[in-house]
Amino acid sequence: MAKLESLTGNEAAAHALRQARPDVAAAYPITPQTELMHKFAEFVANGEVDTEVILVESEHSAMSACIGASAAGARTVTATSACGLALMWEVVYVAASCRLPIVMPEVNRALSGPINIHCDTSDTMGCRDSGWIQIYAENAQEAYDSILQAFRIAEHPDVLLPVMVPFDGFIISHTNEPVEMLSDEDAASFVGEYRPRRTLLDVDHPMTVGPLDLPEWYFEHKRQQVEAMRCAHAVIREVGEEFGRRFGRRYGFLDTYRTEDAEVVIVALGSTCGTARAAADEARDAGIRAGVVKLRVFRPFPGAELRAALAKARAIGVLDRAISFGLEGGPVFHEVRSHLYGDARPILPFVYGLGGRDINVEQIVGVFRKLQGARGLEHPVEFIGLRE
Amino acid sequence: MAVNLKKISAKPELLAGGHAACAGCTGPTVIRQALLAAETPVVCSCATGCMEVVTTLFPYTAWRVPFIHNAFENSAATMSGVETAYRALRRKGRIPDREIGFIAWGGDGGTYDIGLQSLSGVLERGHKLLYICYDNEAYMNTGIQRSSATPKGAFTMTAQAGTVKYGKEQSRKDLTAIVIAHNPAYAAQATVSNPRDFMSKVQKGLQANGPAFINVIAPCHRGWRFKPQDAIRMAQLAVDTCFWPLFEWEFPGKYTINYKPDPKRPVEDWLKEQGRFRHLFEPKNRHVIEEIQAEVDQRWNELLRLEAASGTAASGAA
Repeated sequence: MAKLESLTGNEAAAHALRQARPDVAAAYPITPQTELMHKFAEFVANGEVDTEVILVESEHSAMSACIGASAAGARTVTATSACGLALMWEVVYVAASCRLPIVMPEVNRALSGPINIHCDTSDTMGCRDSGWIQIYAENAQEAYDSILQAFRIAEHPDVLLPVMVPFDGFIISHTNEPVEMLSDEDAASFVGEYRPRRTLLDVDHPMTVGPLDLPEWYFEHKRQQVEAMRCAHAVIREVGEEFGRRFGRRYGFLDTYRTEDAEVVIVALGSTCGTARAAADEARDAGIRAGVVKLRVFRPFPGAELRAALAKARAIGVLDRAISFGLEGGPVFHEVRSHLYGDARPILPFVYGLGGRDINVEQIVGVFRKLQGARGLEHPVEFIGLRE
Repeated sequence: MAVNLKKISAKPELLAGGHAACAGCTGPTVIRQALLAAETPVVCSCATGCMEVVTTLFPYTAWRVPFIHNAFENSAATMSGVETAYRALRRKGRIPDREIGFIAWGGDGGTYDIGLQSLSGVLERGHKLLYICYDNEAYMNTGIQRSSATPKGAFTMTAQAGTVKYGKEQSRKDLTAIVIAHNPAYAAQATVSNPRDFMSKVQKGLQANGPAFINVIAPCHRGWRFKPQDAIRMAQLAVDTCFWPLFEWEFPGKYTINYKPDPKRPVEDWLKEQGRFRHLFEPKNRHVIEEIQAEVDQRWNELLRLEAASGTAASGAA
């Protein structure tokens, strides 16, 4: 039976990991991910999950150990944030290219420097091309649900790719919310068992993982990763729909809010979408037909779904909580605009909330107002809530 | 522990021929000796470097045992994941209940330098695996750059000898001592020129109840500048001059020097055979040879002291 609990995002994520019954976890502490692994360690200490935990000396070793464990056939998890993800960068790519279904909650935090422990998405946006699936969560419930789904997606034989589930540092990770948890039995039956076809521990059938791959074959292997990402698209949809059928919360690639008749639409990720929905309501009270598209899956990028969701908008604003120096606008903006190529509608880039700076309803209402008056195709990036 | 060479000679080779190592390379010899010595099935990892590159050129592999290469600095951490998965899955009954050994390989660059933290983590956490460093004393795979294992005075492409420099100006790092400071289950130095000694150490390392480490000197004729057919002799000269002592450290602290050269040859006998030290024999650099000899003597005497202090009777020549 499902039950409602008051949990932080980190606690919800830890419960999802527990219920997925991983064989091996390897992790290293970094704010704001720490509490997640504290909670998981508590489960391990009390025998509530049967997982071998490797308490490594760095995030690079965390992901390295995960790669070894996953190649050995273990269901394997880790979790990190920001600089931790940056330190594991090199092997984040190796995990994907070895086709290892590692699951990693990633608590979004700004990258140094200057050092800052608060939320932005510069960390996960930086590795958007690493070959990992990225599913962003808006709140603790979505983090929990998406992590459970992540195992099904990652371990699907047509996919075999690692999945990261980013959620906003502090805003989600440290905020208590009501979370509807599945029973352990339901979660276990949904996630299923991990039965890899080939593993390093099958000593009677030795295989070599991670060989030297020169121009003769490297390109073909990259193409196979492209294919896996394509296959992931269908699997993410199926898994999200099945989750909905069984537990009442259906998941897709994105969510829309009041877009049916919206003239101006904001596209955003994560916890900001809740603020944006409140702002859309206020804007509508002021006579602006406003709507919101929350992008949930960023890799594989749901271009067709996004185009459909934005079909009726007259002007589109994209909110990025990350920056791409030397480009006008952040990574979400550029993906959105790229998928609307040839479109004559104004698409405006906004950057907000770097290093955890708050964004409020009034500011987003301001974005809707700006969109309403927007004309033409050239729009410089606007920084929201910044002292210039 | 006596190694039964007759028994070993009947075992199948677990590193196939046809790999791409240079003629005269000692790396594959070290790997073959270790795999033959193992008494259980083994799983191997290797750091990026010569041995990884020459044995795993896709679509081929020379490894007849399960093998994983991850990156340069993480052979130890990677194998700690494999070993942990083995414990987890064996306990849960998901794999057959049998003994498997785990060997993490790395060259000196991947072990002394970029992989030192990863190795230290494994030693501290107590994983039951054997790390073997094949030490050829420089970054040979990338074209002979100095590492912290490179001996003082050696010419490398990044620390060259010229009109004002004499090559590497710093002494080599004593990695084996650093490993021992972790209080592992077992640590040793070995040489490719003494397979019986090395294989016995591999067996001890795999049987040890915790992390084990073997540092094996593996001369590289490309980097050291000698004739390919002289590789084994070059390793033995390193041992005979006490530049590379053969010894073991066994928990909880027993040092055993496996071979005490008599007479102990001057380090010059080793240096003069290698092109990388040729410049040291110019009058202006002779002082460096004296400094190298002084350091070899100091480290050898320290090892003798440690052995005596740990209460082991001196053993004879191996």
